[in-house]
Amino acid sequence: MSFYRSIVLVKQTPNTSTVTENALNADGTINRAALPTVLNPEDLNALEAALEVKDRFGGSVTVISMGPPQAAEILREALYRGADRAILICDRAVAGSDVLATSYILSQAIKKAGEFDFIFCGRQAIDGDTGQTGPECAQRLGVPQVSYMVQIVDVDGKKATLRRATGSGWETVTASLPLLASVLSETNEPRPFAAIKVMRHKHKRVPSEVADRAALAPEDRLEEWTCADIDADPARCGLNGSPTKVVDAIPIVLKKSEYKEFEPTLEGMKALVAELVEERAL
Amino acid sequence: MTTINPQGEVWVFAEQHGASLCELDYELCGKARKLADALGVKVGAVLIGDESVACLADALVAYGADRVYLVANPKLKNYTTMPYAHAIRALIEKYEPQIVLYGASATGRDVAPRVAAALETGLTADCISLEIGDYQDPKTGKEYKNILQLRRPSFGGHMLATIVAPDHAPQMATVREGVFPAPEWDDDRKGETIKEEIAFDDSLFAVEVLDRIERESGVNLKNAKIIVGGGAGVGSRENFKLIYDLAAALGGTVGATRAATQSGYIEEERMIGQTGTIVRPDLYVAVGISGAVEHRVGIQDAGKIVAINSDPKAPIFSIAHYGIVGDLNDVVPKLIKALQERA
Repeated sequence: MSFYRSIVLVKQTPNTSTVTENALNADGTINRAALPTVLNPEDLNALEAALEVKDRFGGSVTVISMGPPQAAEILREALYRGADRAILICDRAVAGSDVLATSYILSQAIKKAGEFDFIFCGRQAIDGDTGQTGPECAQRLGVPQVSYMVQIVDVDGKKATLRRATGSGWETVTASLPLLASVLSETNEPRPFAAIKVMRHKHKRVPSEVADRAALAPEDRLEEWTCADIDADPARCGLNGSPTKVVDAIPIVLKKSEYKEFEPTLEGMKALVAELVEERAL
Repeated sequence: MTTINPQGEVWVFAEQHGASLCELDYELCGKARKLADALGVKVGAVLIGDESVACLADALVAYGADRVYLVANPKLKNYTTMPYAHAIRALIEKYEPQIVLYGASATGRDVAPRVAAALETGLTADCISLEIGDYQDPKTGKEYKNILQLRRPSFGGHMLATIVAPDHAPQMATVREGVFPAPEWDDDRKGETIKEEIAFDDSLFAVEVLDRIERESGVNLKNAKIIVGGGAGVGSRENFKLIYDLAAALGGTVGATRAATQSGYIEEERMIGQTGTIVRPDLYVAVGISGAVEHRVGIQDAGKIVAINSDPKAPIFSIAHYGIVGDLNDVVPKLIKALQERA
């Protein structure tokens, strides 16, 4: 059996799929406190792809995330599902990073984490929806990328055969390792937590999560890295390192139109058809 | 940090598949033309492929390009990320355009971030509005003239963000399909094709395409005049027959919400909304659609919207012109009957 080292990039996001209009404050800003957070759904598919490589071909799975101390929750979730190692990049200097800065920070962390054969990431995060962070990391690390991966066909020696969606269909590609693949939700069904792994990892914390760092036992300690730890230039992190600036963000308010209601009867429908003909919509 | 070149052209990456352009290329050319006219500069189109793509240059000119930068090489027949990104980057470094637009397609979203990271510049995804304007940085007070102001949905479609990247060149964005109208073909437009010789290192061909399957598709939601959309309320794949029957009676096309496609009621290519196709028909009939923001954004420009839903509080009614509160299984057959009796 061979040994393939996979890195999985994961993000904790607000659960935007269940957002109601109430999730916005009166001034139009996001009421983050009121929103539950989740491990970004397609990142779960990325994790599953890495675990699949480990199961089928042998190897290890390292999960890396960037976020505040509470993002350690998704690292524990990844460990419960089968990841071997989890790292949180946690530093105030990374707050407000856009894609360019985020990809710089993540690629610095990946370099520090050691050699790898695969990087898996979800196609996109449900809060930003850009899908750009993975490809930008690949560029920075100088490795090929296979975006929109839907299937791991085979891994053999230093080559992987993967299937990807092209928008108008699918293609099968072979790529040399190491590589980065962004994964679609249709690729696999993420495995649930394993009870024994929950027992093993549930007490693990990053130092920033606990009041007394000294009291955190070494075996309960999750790795937490700062910009200094990964040799990241602060000028290239956070708002300083982000070329794109958000001028404003307004809640989407759709126009209210003139409204007419029709009875759900045949007569009502005849009246509707007559109205549509008159309005030249038919 | 790099300064934006005020004389720089406005560029589009012209995506081709099997030596054919796509509708999105024309939409991008049209938008680039407007931006370039506002700035008083030329429009450039980057066309990459094997020799067979050279014939596409005329079309790009007819739709608004002044210059077509052609990179033709037998190794570039199939799109793969790295050589295409390498070519685009080399051309940007050579000609210093001030703006570069890509389609927010599978290909555009794959290649553009690679170019952005190589050039250490910004890239704004999935834009639905692009304008030239002035900007003052609230922190430094610095004023910028004639920069690109981009709008994109964010936060799962609940927010609309305006984004600028005034200190990095070029300004780059991916642009959603169907947002901007394709301009009319103009035979009288004149342009030039500039053949570029670019060296490609073997290491750029690390990904090799073994085979490609194109999905059969006869669906054209974007240009449909009448669309009947079905939502989760339709309830099953079998029951979507009602939606097809109504569409047939109206002479329209069938669309669906994300919830309906994700439940497997209907194929994904019929998805309407922010993550699917943005449509602007004369008439949109929403059946069993509650009206999530993601869907409403995709239909808000329809001429007339008819909503059929059993829940009078469904958000779809807030943007509908005509509403029928009732069970779709009861209402739709009656509407079909009324349409047939009209004829």
